[in-house]
Amino acid sequence: MAEVLVYTDHLDGAVRKPTLELLTLARRLGDPVAVVLGAGAETAAPVLAEHGAVRVLTADAPEFADYLVVPKVDALEAAYRAVSPAAVLVPSSGEAKEIAARLAVRIGSGLITDAVDVTAGESGPVATQSVFAAAFTTTSRVAKGTPVITVKPNSAAVEPAPAAGTVEPLDVTFGPLATGTRVVSRSPRESTGRPELTEAAIVVSGGRGLNGAENFALIEALADTLGAAVGASRAAVDADWYPHSHQVGQTGKTVSPQLYIAVGISGAIQHRAGMQTSKTIVAVNKDAEAPIFELADYGVVGDLFDVVPALTDEVKARKG
Amino acid sequence: MSLRIVVCVKYVPDATGDRRFADDLTTDRDSVDGLLSELDEYAVEQALRISEDAEEAEVTVVTVGPEDATDALRKALSMGADKAVHVEDDDLHGTDVVGTSLVLAKAIEHAGYDLVVCGMASTDGGMGVLPALLAERLGVPQVTLLSELSVADGKVTGRRDGDAATERLQAELPAVISVTDQSGEARYPSFKGIMAAKKKPVETLDLEDLGIEAEEVGLAGAWTAVESAAERPARTKGEIVTDEGDGGKRLAAFLAERKFI
Ligand SMILES: Cc1cc2nc3c(=O)[nH]c(=O)nc-3n(C[C@H](O)[C@H](O)[C@H](O)COP(=O)(O)OP(=O)(O)OC[C@H]3O[C@@H](n4cnc5c(N)ncnc54)[C@H](O)[C@@H]3O)c2cc1C
Ligand SMILES: Nc1ncnc2c1ncn2[C@@H]1O[C@H](COP(=O)(O)O)[C@@H](O)[C@H]1O
Repeated sequence: MAEVLVYTDHLDGAVRKPTLELLTLARRLGDPVAVVLGAGAETAAPVLAEHGAVRVLTADAPEFADYLVVPKVDALEAAYRAVSPAAVLVPSSGEAKEIAARLAVRIGSGLITDAVDVTAGESGPVATQSVFAAAFTTTSRVAKGTPVITVKPNSAAVEPAPAAGTVEPLDVTFGPLATGTRVVSRSPRESTGRPELTEAAIVVSGGRGLNGAENFALIEALADTLGAAVGASRAAVDADWYPHSHQVGQTGKTVSPQLYIAVGISGAIQHRAGMQTSKTIVAVNKDAEAPIFELADYGVVGDLFDVVPALTDEVKARKG
Repeated sequence: MSLRIVVCVKYVPDATGDRRFADDLTTDRDSVDGLLSELDEYAVEQALRISEDAEEAEVTVVTVGPEDATDALRKALSMGADKAVHVEDDDLHGTDVVGTSLVLAKAIEHAGYDLVVCGMASTDGGMGVLPALLAERLGVPQVTLLSELSVADGKVTGRRDGDAATERLQAELPAVISVTDQSGEARYPSFKGIMAAKKKPVETLDLEDLGIEAEEVGLAGAWTAVESAAERPARTKGEIVTDEGDGGKRLAAFLAERKFI
């Protein structure tokens, strides 16, 4: 069976959930071969094997941490040449998407970004995308070379599928451009203890209606009773009420949870672009005409300062 | 020596309009008015700020797009850019990102550059990978998705707020950078700026001028093919209730009914 290269997104060996989802998709196309770059391969390998990786190619070098993007392109290209895969799947995170794009041009292959599903078609993988602020769903194919496809989080279920996961060192030679973009310093984001925004089953987001940073405590309290992640509109982020890393929308994160709760958010097209594909949408807004209600499966027209604390209390009560 | 800054700007269908696909499954550019991609205004803004801080600098805006795309160039010129390059050719219809990066790279080389500034993503295709592809093709460093930046001593330094960490990055010029919508509000063109823009030079180039074969670009030359495009069924509007003191309770009941609690 053909092999499919899967680029592993991990933090010191802790494999991120979107990569495990990629393994589910890769198994539809062939035998997954995972590529793990940087420190932590020994931690990552067994997890990747559990989810279907027949082989795990690893490489570690200071270049991966000290310089952006290109060292990883060099390594992924080396893996591509070593494996001759039927497709290359990469998570749609900021850096990984750029790595995928540069690889595609180098190997003369077409590129599809931000797929929300990948299936095996008669003439190669078929990728589903959600475009124009999620108003349209398209299917596309790569017409030239080996398909390079980046996939959004939450596009497939994580499935256990034990495979050999044989660890093999990957030989990488860095090109002259590898040391072009130096990482002068790096400060990892502090964990909030809440689920990752893009991976969460429930997201509670606050907007301009919150009227101040201190009131995001209401959103956090509701989120915590539901085990949810916290999101924010750009208006709330621009006002410095909540960090940019929590922004949902066109220039923030795209989320597709089971449940999205929009509080004090009007529902501008750029916000909808990031949450429109949520399974169930709930809104609280004091303006009955707010466009967010057009999307909502359930909406409460009312003052969030009354409705949200009451909701939090009721959820707590029901959960006992 | 003068710092040569090239800004890549895209002409896109207005995102607040009813964007659709044409019969050949390319973006329908007729049904909705076009404009300078709002995210590229941030790129123009940063280029202008860099040029104002430099001893001597020149800002050239470049677009690859249909005839109407001159509107995007004029807007950038009225914000303060010095001159423009417009790559326009009927054979470009349907070009994908790989092809666009080829054409833009040639146009940028034609213009001459020390620093290429892009937006974080186009508001229509929104792939956000073109700056990385330009760096690959031009063979220069990429310093992308910056929310803060400075250029000094032949180097560009900036802050990238990534998924897992905030990084400070640095590269020597020439380089390709992209800036986010957190980098600083874009200026509005002044009346004087709008008048001055009318007299600024716009150079129009076609594929032949750039030494690119028609087969390398366009719908037929694309390395990807869209097979179908379907409008997402409109979400059916659900139950909307007015809070009469029981809004929170009713919402909780809905969540319970849907098994979220
Ligand atoms: C290029 C571009 C990219 C963008 N990207 C994004 C993006 O990624 N994400 C994003 O969110 N936006 C984005 N925007 C901005 C977007 O257009 C809107 O401006 C923004 O989403 C508005 O945020 P909001 O809904 O919180 O604020 P508003 O539109 O001001 O809405 C606030 C809502 O709160 C309600 N409200 C006020 N007080 C209360 C109360 N006490 N109780 C209940 N309800 C109350 C009001 O009725 C109103 O509906 C982008 C814009 C552009 C041009
Ligand atoms: N046709 C184009 N002409 C000029 N610049 C472009 C074009 N397409 C994309 N760009 C630039 O590349 C950035 C990222 O685009 P994209 O990869 O399409 O999301 C944009 O913000 C622009 O700066």
